[in-house]
Amino acid sequence: MIWILAEQFNGRIERISFELLTRAKNLNAGNVGVLLIGPPLGDDELMRLIACGVSRVVAYESPQMAHFLIEPHVYCLQDFVKANHPEILLAGATAYGRTLMPYAAMKLHTGLTADCTELAIEPETGLLLQTRPAIGGNIMATIKCPAYRPQMATIRPHSTTPAQPEAGRNGEIDRIAIEGLPESRMEVLDFEAFTDELNLNDAERVVVVGRGIKKPENLPMVFELAKVLGAAVGATREVVDRGWLDYQHQIGLSGKTINPKFYLGIGVSGAIQHLAGMQNAGKIMAVNKDPEAQIFKVADFGLVGDLFEIVPELTRQLKQGEAAWLNTAK
Amino acid sequence: MKIALCIKQVPDTRSVRMDEATGTVVREGVELIVNPLDLYAIELALQLKEQHNAEVDAFTMGPPQAAGALREAIAMSADRGFLISGREFAGSDTWSTAYVLAAAIRQQGPYDLIICGERATDGDTGQVGPGIAAALDLPVAAYVNHLLKLDAKSCELTRLTEHGSEKLRMALPGVITVVKEIGEPRLPTLRGKLRAKTQEIPILKLDLDPTLLGLKGSPTRVVKIFHPQMTRQCIKGDIGQAVEFLREVIS
Repeated sequence: MIWILAEQFNGRIERISFELLTRAKNLNAGNVGVLLIGPPLGDDELMRLIACGVSRVVAYESPQMAHFLIEPHVYCLQDFVKANHPEILLAGATAYGRTLMPYAAMKLHTGLTADCTELAIEPETGLLLQTRPAIGGNIMATIKCPAYRPQMATIRPHSTTPAQPEAGRNGEIDRIAIEGLPESRMEVLDFEAFTDELNLNDAERVVVVGRGIKKPENLPMVFELAKVLGAAVGATREVVDRGWLDYQHQIGLSGKTINPKFYLGIGVSGAIQHLAGMQNAGKIMAVNKDPEAQIFKVADFGLVGDLFEIVPELTRQLKQGEAAWLNTAK
Repeated sequence: MKIALCIKQVPDTRSVRMDEATGTVVREGVELIVNPLDLYAIELALQLKEQHNAEVDAFTMGPPQAAGALREAIAMSADRGFLISGREFAGSDTWSTAYVLAAAIRQQGPYDLIICGERATDGDTGQVGPGIAAALDLPVAAYVNHLLKLDAKSCELTRLTEHGSEKLRMALPGVITVVKEIGEPRLPTLRGKLRAKTQEIPILKLDLDPTLLGLKGSPTRVVKIFHPQMTRQCIKGDIGQAVEFLREVIS
């Protein structure tokens, strides 16, 4: 049985969890189970997992776990491993998965592979083959964990499609009202949500602005195009270092790694540090006046020319066409 | 107030080249630098040194030349550097690395705050920071972008998640991993550089279980390394074709 660690936010199971289900099902290595840790969720939410082919959901529930604080979460994860002896446990390479999984792997004394983009089962041994980019995307490494259990991996978000519900699926839901949770030595004081333009990790479409935009006064045209495209807005390091946009927008080695279905670079030259954060996007389009710009080497479609002419005209044509496909595709 | 700083020496990713024939990374002539994302951790530690009169000790595990990374931290004003080096550590994965660094921190401690970069630019895992916290049984906050308050017992900080920024209070001792927004790294001072040249960097002798070290102590195994194939063919066109392209890929 393959287990995934699901994630929730505001009473909903997150998209990454359904992507993990796709990964787990594609391994064709038996039933798929879901581990969920947090405040209690509604039955309909848990049934969404069952409808996607999950045979068992184990939900560790406590209002005390409304926020992700390490001690109670790792306590539940350890309890789950002790009770269920999972062979494989997958989680999202998100702030949650990338904090909880290494902490848990240390406590459980087992291996963990970060930020995988491919998974397979080795036919001869049945071991999980975990493939991931390293050295800024310059190499790919395939890793396995032969002697320790569970085999644990975090999976890069948006690197596969979410599992879809099917009719007539059945599964078991096991709600565990856990007692004796340790008190965390941390407490949440406040939370400030990102605006849509900043929701880069979840966005299916991202428009990224580079130094070619020349000055912050020119940014509104990029935001307008992004709005028409239903895209979040990212930036290169040069733009952030000049203070034109906040760090939360930064894509690349010292910023975020994103994997949207569609990436559009505007005035982005394509420095290797930037490419490390975006080259796995589904489709890549770039606007740059330099036909030799590095960004075109990783792009599917290129517009060579003056972005100050191209961006407003592209926005106008998209608006004018009342491109219904833009809205239906969201 | 005592602060432990965990840093790593890495090949400069900007100068990494691939041998196309063998699909391996060319190591010769590649400059070794302090992991660029660790510079932010160093910067925060030094700000805390100035504001709270903290002592800052830097730790690294690596080959003998990794002492260079510690000297750079000292040049920026860290107080001491401790190297963990030896053949037995070669091939350590993140589990084994966290185990060893935690042992070094325990030996030299107690520390109030342990600061790490969010990840190293070579391994790209970000797993060692939370691993150290687990090995020391301490709370951890990852992806910290602001440290708002610090006193002898606790700190207040914000950490970034996919959905926004979460403000937390964490009791000390604790572990944080920090992102770039924490502060612009300073340059080494002349005095720091002089001190870094002459200061002794002890190689720590740690009480470790030899079966948990290096390649043989690491739960994970790298079984294959290959060069990712870039398969994109860039079609160049005009705005009309761009709209068509958008329609195709988005709808």
